[in-house]
Amino acid sequence: MNIVVCVKQVPDTATERKLKSSDSTLDREAVDGLMNELDEYAVEEALRIKEAHGGEVTILTMGPSTAADTIRKALSMGADKAVHLSDDALHGSDSLQTSFAIQQVLGRTGFDLVILGSESTDARTGVLAAMLAERLGVSQVTLANKVEIDGSTIRIQRQTDYGFDRVEASLPAVVSVVEKINEPRYPSFKGIMAAKKKPVDAPSLADLGIDAAQVGLAGSATTVVDFAEAPPRAKGQIVTDEGDGGSKIADFLASKKFV
Amino acid sequence: MPADRVPPSEEAAELLALTREIVAAELAPRAAEAEENSAFPRDVFRLLGRSGLLGLPYPESCGGGGQPYEVYLQVLEEVASAWASVAVGMSVHTLACYPLHAFGTDKQKQRLPEMLGGELLGGYALSETDAGSDAGALKTRAVRDGDGYVITGSKAWITHGGEADFYVLFARTADTGTSGISCLLTDGRLAGLTAGTPERKMGLTGSTTASLHFDGARVPDEWLLGAEGQGFPIALSALDSGRLGIAACAVGLAQAALDEAVAYALQREQFGSPLIEFQGLAFLLADMAAAVESARCTYLDAARRKDRGLPFARQASIAKLVATDAAMKVTTDAVQVLGGNGYTRDYPVERYMREAKVMQIFEGTNQIQRMVIARHLARDAAK
Repeated sequence: MNIVVCVKQVPDTATERKLKSSDSTLDREAVDGLMNELDEYAVEEALRIKEAHGGEVTILTMGPSTAADTIRKALSMGADKAVHLSDDALHGSDSLQTSFAIQQVLGRTGFDLVILGSESTDARTGVLAAMLAERLGVSQVTLANKVEIDGSTIRIQRQTDYGFDRVEASLPAVVSVVEKINEPRYPSFKGIMAAKKKPVDAPSLADLGIDAAQVGLAGSATTVVDFAEAPPRAKGQIVTDEGDGGSKIADFLASKKFV
Repeated sequence: MPADRVPPSEEAAELLALTREIVAAELAPRAAEAEENSAFPRDVFRLLGRSGLLGLPYPESCGGGGQPYEVYLQVLEEVASAWASVAVGMSVHTLACYPLHAFGTDKQKQRLPEMLGGELLGGYALSETDAGSDAGALKTRAVRDGDGYVITGSKAWITHGGEADFYVLFARTADTGTSGISCLLTDGRLAGLTAGTPERKMGLTGSTTASLHFDGARVPDEWLLGAEGQGFPIALSALDSGRLGIAACAVGLAQAALDEAVAYALQREQFGSPLIEFQGLAFLLADMAAAVESARCTYLDAARRKDRGLPFARQASIAKLVATDAAMKVTTDAVQVLGGNGYTRDYPVERYMREAKVMQIFEGTNQIQRMVIARHLARDAAK
């Protein structure tokens, strides 16, 4: 089975993330980048499907050259090869354009199954799987906490407020997975060494038939109109218990409309 | 802050980075509770095995990591700085794989990959109640019977005793002193083999230590490693490397104590100033740092000699002596820096102090190390 996993390098969620005042895009240079945590589950699921059913796992990322670290990590975990789409013209692309660019890459790699994390921890739109399926004209089975492959059928389970949905589709398909689905493995030492020799394809926009005007900040359908820094965290309030600690806490929670 | 290292290769740097990632996420958060409850973390060894960290100094062709000792020991040190019991277990396991790798036949060595991959955990069964430092006095017997050996006797102080999947066993096949000892690889679950109640130790409580009782247990003769009577030289040849392992564990433990003490001295204020601004404590911390870094240099020097095929027995003993004495001093001083808090179990430094003590004792007591060093001095001077 030809499995493609879309991964994204994002700023470390443990650091303070900022937008650039110049073009309202994320300042990726100011902080350490790492693989979107939610994508680790997608990579793990792909590896498990490959281990059970055979095939090949290709990592696909769109991002600046530093995203090579994220590709390396996924290859260290056990993926077979990667495609790194990187071009300055892609900078500032919104979800619509990103899904378009990824569609073009998938035309080059082919696929039976495309797996994504549920969302990225930076943009958090969570729409890429749906957009991609729509563009590719294949089924979307999203937010899976369980995936089963049976021949050319994929069955997933999705947690809901009332229980869970079971959804079935024919391959090829696009699936997005949630963090409950598995426990991502650590790369092994051998995996890290082997990753260095695994092929990473780096097509140009021209290779993919993408016109630079179709992507990037200028042509985005969505625009960040304005942004402001989050207010500094207010100092905590310490309640000293003088026999009335419980009611003071209840009053506080009521004032914040928690109770 | 973590130790500032100069890895000899990019590969080593990545290996150390992987180790730090795993120990920070999977080992450090669990250590205190597991030690408190004397819970042996078998699953951690599986994780380390899957990650390729349990067979580092062995060749890749038999499932190892193909790393020089200089790198393996620094990985071990990183593990020890998060959880000493696990690092000691790693060192013992690595030691237990050594006789098969060095003295096994090709057929015997087919078992190595699952040992080095962490699926199987090993123990090293040399010591006995009356044969500790004087290992050559061991009494456990291996009597030839048909196509195997029948083992009778008891082993003492066995790390992973009762938990291990295999043991390297040293037993007497003839009453000819040290030349009557043979080395056998035994299964951990063997009819006639039982483990005693785990020892109630002062520290390293997350690592199981127990006696092993062999009561007519049969080991097929295909698992004799080397020749009959070759056991004692095999045991000795593994010990130098084992001493380096313990030296690295001790440095990791000392580093952890230093880090804890520095963090505390920066944050704790008395008389309006952080403790580290009081020269009395600042100098104590400086001495601790000097002890940690100089101890690290001793094991690295010995390891580099080993990696280049040079004799390293004297340097291994010096490293074991210096590193474990340093760990004892540094962990004790860490308790001092933390004052009353350091004496409580709410902070890890009293545990570090208890863990350091045994490192001066096992893998050859520090008195034995001094004997070894002195013997080398006499021998080298006579040349």
